[in-house]
This record gives sequence, structure tokens and C-alpha cells, in this order.
Amino acid sequence: MNLRGHAGRIAALTVIGTAIVLPLVIFVLGPNMPPGNWTSAGTSQVFDNTVLLVVMTPFTVFILVYIAYAVTVFRAGPGEELRDGPAIRGHLPSQIVWLATTTAAVLFLAIFGSAELLASNGSGGGSGPNPITKPSGAVLPVQVIGQQWEFTYRYPTYGGVETAELVLPVDRQIEFHVTSLDAIHSFWAYELGVKADANPGVDNIAFVKPKKQGTFQIRCAELCGLWHGYMSDTGRVVDSSQFSTWITQQQHAFTSVQRYLPKYATTYSPDPEARAG
Amino acid sequence: MRLRRLVGFNLFSAVILGVVGFYVGWWLGHLFESSSIAYFDDTGQNDIALFIAYFTGVLGFLVGLGFANYPVQRLLGKPASLREKETQGNGRYFGLCTDHKVVGIQYLIGIGVFIFIGGLNAMLIRFELLTPTQHGWNANNYLTLVGLHGTMMMGMMTSGIIGPFANYLLPVMIGARRMAFPRIEALTFWLLMAAGTILMTTIAFGGFPTGWTGYAPLNDQANMGMDAYIAFFALVGLSMTLLGLNMIATVITMRAPGMTWGRLPIFVWGTVTTSVLMLLAAPVLISVLLMVMLDRTAQTGFFNDAAGGSPYLYENLFWIFGHPEVYVLALPGMGILLEILPVFSRKPLWGYKLAVSGMCGIALLSFLVWQHHLFVSGINADLRPFYMLSTELISLPTGFIFVAALGTLWAGRIRLTVPMLFSLAWLFNFLVGGLSGVFLSDVPSDVTTHGSFFSMAHFHYTIMGGLLFAFFAGIYFWVPKMTGYQINERWGKVHFWAMFISFNSTFGPLLVIGFLGMPRRAVTYAGYLQGANTWVSVSAFVLGASMLVFIANFVYSMVFARVPAGANPWASKSIEWQLPSPIPVHNFDRIPTFGPDPYPYGTDGTDGARSQHPVIAPARPTQ
Repeated sequence: MNLRGHAGRIAALTVIGTAIVLPLVIFVLGPNMPPGNWTSAGTSQVFDNTVLLVVMTPFTVFILVYIAYAVTVFRAGPGEELRDGPAIRGHLPSQIVWLATTTAAVLFLAIFGSAELLASNGSGGGSGPNPITKPSGAVLPVQVIGQQWEFTYRYPTYGGVETAELVLPVDRQIEFHVTSLDAIHSFWAYELGVKADANPGVDNIAFVKPKKQGTFQIRCAELCGLWHGYMSDTGRVVDSSQFSTWITQQQHAFTSVQRYLPKYATTYSPDPEARAG
Repeated sequence: MRLRRLVGFNLFSAVILGVVGFYVGWWLGHLFESSSIAYFDDTGQNDIALFIAYFTGVLGFLVGLGFANYPVQRLLGKPASLREKETQGNGRYFGLCTDHKVVGIQYLIGIGVFIFIGGLNAMLIRFELLTPTQHGWNANNYLTLVGLHGTMMMGMMTSGIIGPFANYLLPVMIGARRMAFPRIEALTFWLLMAAGTILMTTIAFGGFPTGWTGYAPLNDQANMGMDAYIAFFALVGLSMTLLGLNMIATVITMRAPGMTWGRLPIFVWGTVTTSVLMLLAAPVLISVLLMVMLDRTAQTGFFNDAAGGSPYLYENLFWIFGHPEVYVLALPGMGILLEILPVFSRKPLWGYKLAVSGMCGIALLSFLVWQHHLFVSGINADLRPFYMLSTELISLPTGFIFVAALGTLWAGRIRLTVPMLFSLAWLFNFLVGGLSGVFLSDVPSDVTTHGSFFSMAHFHYTIMGGLLFAFFAGIYFWVPKMTGYQINERWGKVHFWAMFISFNSTFGPLLVIGFLGMPRRAVTYAGYLQGANTWVSVSAFVLGASMLVFIANFVYSMVFARVPAGANPWASKSIEWQLPSPIPVHNFDRIPTFGPDPYPYGTDGTDGARSQHPVIAPARPTQ
């Protein structure tokens, strides 16, 4: 067979393979991509993951088909192991096509990723003390304080109450302020699609809007010393009446310890003076 | 008589002087402490003593090897030689030797030993992860294992391909008799050996809890085991800088007549681009580690938030080194891949200029992407779109390498020898690694995958699936040239299939486990991940066993079977295969001249014959 015939077969196999794989990616794999559709951030990440899979499918299918085809068809037959192949040193049209398609895909991914990042207000990722985009409307600020080796939470709109458990109201826009007392931690609420590093002296903001009630797992995602492997927690998303009952209880319990703790601030430093008062 | 041979400047005296130097430094450090620095009494730590001890230990080791002989003899006015042990005999492998071929074999064995130790650490980590709760090692030992595995591999594998193969082959490939700086070449190897030993001593000082990244302020908080990490990586950085400098100088100044830049074998291009990265990135590592050392000893506060410093500074500086470092690991593998594919497809390298520009593009872009390691850290959040773009752009030059590889296979006469199998596996593994990297480069997607087992599996696909597979391809391809003996092909194929299958069955599921929410470096994990983790652990043990198959085969082939390989077992047309195996001490009788084509398959009129390279003057062994 001439070389043109081989090229045609590889192209055909790539098209057929892509036609088979693409629907599976869009309809079967895509909706099941992590972290799930629990929150606004989760939804935007699932969408991103699906788009990435769709863009990379044709390239993957082409390369795998090509390698498999080459290894089966372009094999040296018995007795001709040492015969040289044709001295082909390049093929300008295919180099141009390759360069054009990969460049288009890369530029698309970068523009798409940036647009998604801005549209989803950081998509649940830590966006530093001054995020470029913020959700419109009211937000519920929640501070997350990482320390070796647990997370505690403060609610500044409820008198800076400090709690050991993270409870969030459903369908409210949450604004996490993540900081640390000591080493670098990373606040990772998997089902919420939130991850933000906790740096000492830094107020790292992440936005999320939970859409479903239930429990979610929290883990530290940055190596923070001896008991890093045990730095996990379980949070809850509840409806707004349950939330207000819970936060009232917490405020009540908090009054007895309030004078030992520093006033709410965007970063948290233990204040020895506060103890004396 | 045998004992008599141990006296002199060799590994034996080096170890003795190294240990003596260590204890002298240790004693000096404590002398210092008791009189002037009360601080250490409170903590029970004496980092200053340990740093001095490591320094004097390395100094003693190098003096014992004979690195001081030349300057001392010059000072005494005696005639001194810059050449060391450029002779025959096995003694030259156990000491300072300036023959680039000996250094290459020293690197192969020395680095192989440390990679084996790093691999054993991985086995112990996977043993712990058989169950969701802690059952094997305590928390500190687990973190030390994680740190030792990562640091050993990242430190040693930087020279994993350049060390053995570029040292041995690069002068031959460009038609030189030696490297530009043969003594520096030997120094890079022995510095690495000293560094690896130092890293192992961390066990005696309580280990270190930071993993291979050594983030502040944890590195300041850690106990004395951290000092071993700092000394190790600083020495590795020094070795890398010198190695890169030497390679670049050699390629610039030592090329034979006719060997223009456009005719360099592609492996030489891979070495040159890697060396540029080493030369520019490793000094940053050395400086940042010196700052950590000052934080730990002189109580400076570069990375201490409370003292006015910033942990972000460490993260930035570390990854300015750390990301080029990742491509220091990837580029030589690409060089080996593109060097091997033409031989077993019997075709010229397809798109030579494309491949070279791909390597240069990767080298350039790798300096512009480092903050993608910090996408969720809160630093420079406004710049995330830029780093997303630069990170994704790096897949363009990587694509050049792929298309050059695919084009070389096109209409070839492919022979599935063991080196070829490893090269094809490289293509598959690096494809998976690259595709998983797309998820990490996309910020919204990275929010979930960052710091998870997904990113861990991703870089194992690129580093282990890329670099280590290329390393083995290089071993099966070039060791017959380096030693003159064949490696058993049948057992080589057993090794390949065992390694390829168990590698994918280890790291493929880890991508999924990361997507399902398992963070890196954690000793416990959620119960629903147990089935997958047990599967991965068992696969990892099979992967470890496949390495034993390799070692058994290698020792059997080199020591017991000793089947002569002949000058050109693969019927390659590159210059190193036109010389006898192993290559004689002075490489060439006459310096060869090179024609316009580094890959003359199908054009030089020697179709089907194992003939001499037509463009090279006949070379005979000197003895």
C-alpha cells in the first residue's frame, strides 16, 4: 500500500475512534467528573473537566491509533531487519497542520479556563486577599483558621463566634477567609469544590454557594507536619432555620470563652494580652 | 598485597577521611555552642554543629578521593598532572578518575544504588497505605519515608540520564576525546555520592517532615533531620550547576570538524537544553537553601511571617528552581527517545529542526510557569490566567517532540527490541502524564486536583513513566557499548512487560483516587478508598519486583554470562557504534570529521549492511 493509503486509514480510524469515544466522554464520564454538582464551584469544575476531556479526546485517539497502527503495520518483516526505511525527514503540510491544531486547542483552553475562572469567582479556589471578581449580592463570611493540626471556624457576622465544626446554610453565598496560625495548611472541602491554602498572616478568600444539604469532608491538603494525615473534619450544609438555631447555640456557648480569644480579624494571631483581660 | 592496594587516594581513604571530617566538625560545632550560644541548651538541638560536620565531612571525603592532590602538588612546586587514572583496570572505578567513560559508569552504578533506595522507600510507603488507618510506621517515620523517597528521587534523577549517558557518550558523539573540564566532571559525581549519604543520615537525627518541597515555616520548625535535607539538596544543586556548565562548555568548545550545531545528534541537544536549565535553576536552589540554613542557625527570618519574612518567598524561590527541575528530568528522556527511535525504525529522525526547537521551547517556557504550583495559595491571584496560559503553552513544544517521534515511526521498519519497547512505552506514559497535566494547568480544575493523589500520579507518569523508562531504554541500548557485553533480551522483555503493566496499574488508579479526594502525603485516608489503595499497593509491589528482575538480569548478563556484544549490535549508524565496545580510553585514533547528516538511514548507500559510518575516518582502539 502506498503511504497515502496508510494516512487515509489512520485518519479514518481516528475519526471513528473519536466518534465512539466522544459521546461516552460527554454523556457518561463528564457528568461523573469530580467534585460533583453540590455547589456553584463544583458545577463549574465539573463543566471545566468535561470541556478539557472533550478537547483532548481527538488528540489522544489520534496518537494512540497512530502508535498502534505504526507498530502493527510498519514492522520489519523477517529478513529485512537491517534494510533502511525511506529517508523521510519531514513533511511541511503535516507539521503545519499539527502546529495549527495544537496551538488552537491550547489558546482555546487558556481563554476558556480564564473566562471560567472569572465567571465562577475563582471556582472555589483560594484567590488571595483581594479577589479580582466577587459575587454580587450579600455574602456570609466564614473564617477558616488552620493550625497544627485542626481547623477552627469563625463567623464575623455573628459576633466573631469561634466554632470547632463547620456548618453552612444552603443557597447562601459563602465567602471563606482562610488563614493559619503556624505552618502552611490547605483547606480542602472536597464536595464543596473548595481548596485554599492557609498561610500565616495571609487572608486567602474563596467563594462558594452550596446547593444541596448534607455532610462534606474536609482535609488538609498541604503537608503541615507530624499529624498532617489526621487533620480532617466533617462539615454540614443545612437549611437556614437549622443554621440560625445552631449559630445561636454556638454564640451562647461562646460567651464564656470570648474574653480569652482575640477579637475577630482577617488574620489570626494568638494575643497573650487578651488572656489577661 | 591486596591490602597494599587500598592505601592511596581512593574510595576507601575517602570514606575514612569523610567520617573523621564529620566528627571533627561535630566536635568543633559543640565547642562553639557550649561557650557562646545558650539558645541551643533550651532546644536540645545543635544545627550549627551538624552543618559544620556535614561540611567538613564532605571536605574530608573529597580530600580522601584525591581532589586536593593537584593544588597541593602545585603549591609544593612538584610537577602535577590534571589526568587521574586514565588507564585500564578496575581500580579506576573506585576513586577520582578523569576518563569520561569511567565517570559515566560510576554514575550508572552510583545513581542506580540511590534510586534503588528511593524505590524501597516507595515500597514502605505503599505498605502503610494498604489500610486506611495507620498500621505500619508511626506518623514521623511515615513522613520521613515520604520525604526521603521524594528528595532522593528528585535529587538523584536530575543526573539520572545526563550523568551516566551524557558523560559517557556526549564527547564521543561530538568527536571529542574528553569533556571540557574532566576534574569537574569527576567532582559532580562524587558530590552526588556524598550528598546521597548525607540524606540517609537524616534517619539518625529524627528525619524530616516536609516532603521534598521543604516548605517554610515547617522547615524552620523541624528537628535536626531537616539539616540533612538542606545539605543534600545544596550539594545536589552544586553538582547540577557544575554538570550543566561542563556539558555546555564541552559542546561549545570540543566539537570535531564538521560537527556544526545543526548536525548534533538529538541526544546532545537534549543534554544541552537540560544543562542550560541546570545552570540557571540550580543556583536558585542553593541560595534558597542557604537562607533556610540561616533561618535555622543564625535565627534570621527570611521565611518567618512573625519576624517580617514570608513563607510565600520560599514557595516562589523553590518553584523558580523546582519547575525547571521538572524539565531537567524530562528533556534527557526526550533526547534518548528520539535517539533510539531512528535506529529501530531505520529511518532518519523526522523533523530534526522541529525537535530541536521543541527542546529549546520547553527550556525557555519552563522558567515562566512556576506559579501554577501556587494556584490556590492566594499569591498573585490576578496572574493566574497568565500562568494558566504559559503552562498550557508548554504543551506546544512538547507536542513537537511527539510529532517528531510519530513521524520517525512513519513507514519505518520497526524492530521491537527492548530499548524500542521502552521508548514506545515512554510515548504512552508521557501522553497520559501530559493529558493529566492539562487538568492541573486549568485553574478551576486544579482547585480539586491540586495537592491530591491526582497531581502525584501525574508527575509520576511524567517522571517515572518518562524519565525512568527512558533511563532503562538507555541502559538496554547503550550498556552493551559501555561494557562490551549483551544484556539478555528475553529477560529484558520480561522486565519490560512486568514494569510497564504494573506501572500503569499502579499510577492509573492513583489518578482516579486523587479525583475522588485523597490528599498527598497523608498517612490515613477515607474508608471508601481502601479497595483502590490496596490494589495500588499490590501493583506497586509487583513494580518493585520487576526492578529485581532487572537487577538479576543485569548482574547475570554483565558478570556471569558475558556474551560479547560486538561493536554494533543494533546496526546503528551513529558514531558511537562505529567504535569498539567498550570504547577505548582515548576514544579515537584520529579525531573524526562529520558529514552533513547525523542520521544517514536510507541515504548513505549502506542499506542492509552493518558497515562503517562512511563519514568518519576509521577509528581503531589505541591498544
